[in-house]
Amino acid sequence: MTTLDEIIGQSEHKSVLSRITGVPAFWVFLAAFVACLALTLMTDTFATPRNLFNVTRNFAFVAIIAVGMTAVIASGGIDLSVGSTVVLTAMVISILMAAGYSFALSAFAAICAALAVGALNGVLIAYAGMPPFVVTLGMLSAARSLAMVLSNNKMIYEFGPDHDLLLWLGGGSTFGLPHPLYALVVLTLVMSFVFRWTRWGQYVYAIGGNESAATLSGIAVKRQKVTIYMFSAFTAGLAGILMTGWLGSVTTNLGQSMELAVIAAAVIGGANLAGGEGTALGAVVGALLIEVIRNSLILLGISTFWQGMFIGTFIIVAVAFDRFRSHRN
Amino acid sequence: MSRLTMTGITKNFGAIRALSDVSISVAPGEVLGLMGDNGAGKSTLVKIIAGNFPPSAGDIRIDDKPVFFHRPVDAQREGVEVVYQDLALCNNLTAASNVFLGRETTRSLGPFRVIDYPAMNQRAAELFKQLKSETRPRDLVRKMSGGQRQAVAIARTLLSEPKIVLMDEPTAAISVRQVVEVLDLIRRLRDRGISVVLVSHRMPDVFAVADRIAVLRRGSLVASKATALSSPEEVTGLITGAIEAA
Repeated sequence: MTTLDEIIGQSEHKSVLSRITGVPAFWVFLAAFVACLALTLMTDTFATPRNLFNVTRNFAFVAIIAVGMTAVIASGGIDLSVGSTVVLTAMVISILMAAGYSFALSAFAAICAALAVGALNGVLIAYAGMPPFVVTLGMLSAARSLAMVLSNNKMIYEFGPDHDLLLWLGGGSTFGLPHPLYALVVLTLVMSFVFRWTRWGQYVYAIGGNESAATLSGIAVKRQKVTIYMFSAFTAGLAGILMTGWLGSVTTNLGQSMELAVIAAAVIGGANLAGGEGTALGAVVGALLIEVIRNSLILLGISTFWQGMFIGTFIIVAVAFDRFRSHRN
Repeated sequence: MSRLTMTGITKNFGAIRALSDVSISVAPGEVLGLMGDNGAGKSTLVKIIAGNFPPSAGDIRIDDKPVFFHRPVDAQREGVEVVYQDLALCNNLTAASNVFLGRETTRSLGPFRVIDYPAMNQRAAELFKQLKSETRPRDLVRKMSGGQRQAVAIARTLLSEPKIVLMDEPTAAISVRQVVEVLDLIRRLRDRGISVVLVSHRMPDVFAVADRIAVLRRGSLVASKATALSSPEEVTGLITGAIEAA
């Protein structure tokens, strides 16, 4: 006969192995790993330093925004405007730098522009009670249009006195690793901590789990939502600045339909579109898998027109998988 | 001494009078069953006590001290806690996280405030033990039975050492076995000297646990008497209006 104390005190004794396999990101990582292994064996071009460098850099941009998207999705929302926020921030920083302003000032202004987009999204969603899908879809159109207006739809490739610094930050590497990857690693570590150990993180999941319960518990749900959309926009802004440096030029189609790859990365990494679940590491691993598959299409000589098919299928399959899982429970 | 005293509570919504001149009191450690048909004013009365909106007229005293609630937080500060009908729990969080939702224990880690999960789990375990409920603090609420979910919702209220716990239809949509568990939980609250206001449609539950029964009909209090001196038949008559008042 077990006593009440024992039952309450009991925690589910899990082995290390079952703990690891219980994390969705683990399986995605395994899939990415297997894909890498297969590509290494099947092609001569995958495991070359040059290609691996490209893969790690390319996936970093999507992964950085996917971390922000994970916060939005875990809180039960969606942010379709991230691709447009990327081009808007890229445009703001490049126009200011081309006009002779320093990198620091221009980057600051660009991040402020991104935060303003996020704040507007958040206020309309939280305070006006509008559906996130509609608000951010409108913003998707509006922010890109604003970027076009700002640049007069011209390509910018001269960045003033700090030209080399910008290109070094986005396109350079240290110890053989591309700089965007460093930004991603720092962001992932910080956000993993924030999601798990702070009230802000706890409230993201609480709002995604049961918004009215969160409100009744006295959580400032509206204010929290605004900060969540601002964070998502911040990650898009960060990626926008780094992408400007990487490409060395900005055109108004930068980041077009990037939101789909970002959402796919977050969802593959375990973020639940119904809200309440998602991790920073999962988003990163999800982005990695997408990039490896995209890369493999190119290396295997399959038309890149199939990419959209893969990303679309990924989103639908990931959601379907979630459905089946919740039905089984 | 009475824990909660309401005198002449009236509430108008525009031209509609939801409550008229309701006077009622609850003693410490007393369970008051609040009954009435749909639209009789039960929810309105509970929401006034919980601070969701102020009464149009009348006053509320807690421990003989006049109180004025403008927001739910005001009521919470005076020791009034509410268990909502849908329990207001986050399924994706653990039992302990739900108990502490919005009031997380934190400790400082350098310049940061981090959530102190061990302390929260420990305190939640103590509360479940007090409630004699087999609920594990680290389990996700999603995986819990209806009775355990009730225990989590009630443990939430105990966190702040409340004086009065309002329960809105706690036994409405759960199985018979879980109803027994919930009634036990209510008795535990009473044994700790907490006053409970139980709003329910279910006659047997109210008679099983309430010390006193108050009946509202069309916004007016038509009865407030000891359970022992009443009967389900009388209460049914009072609710429907077959019996004018008792």
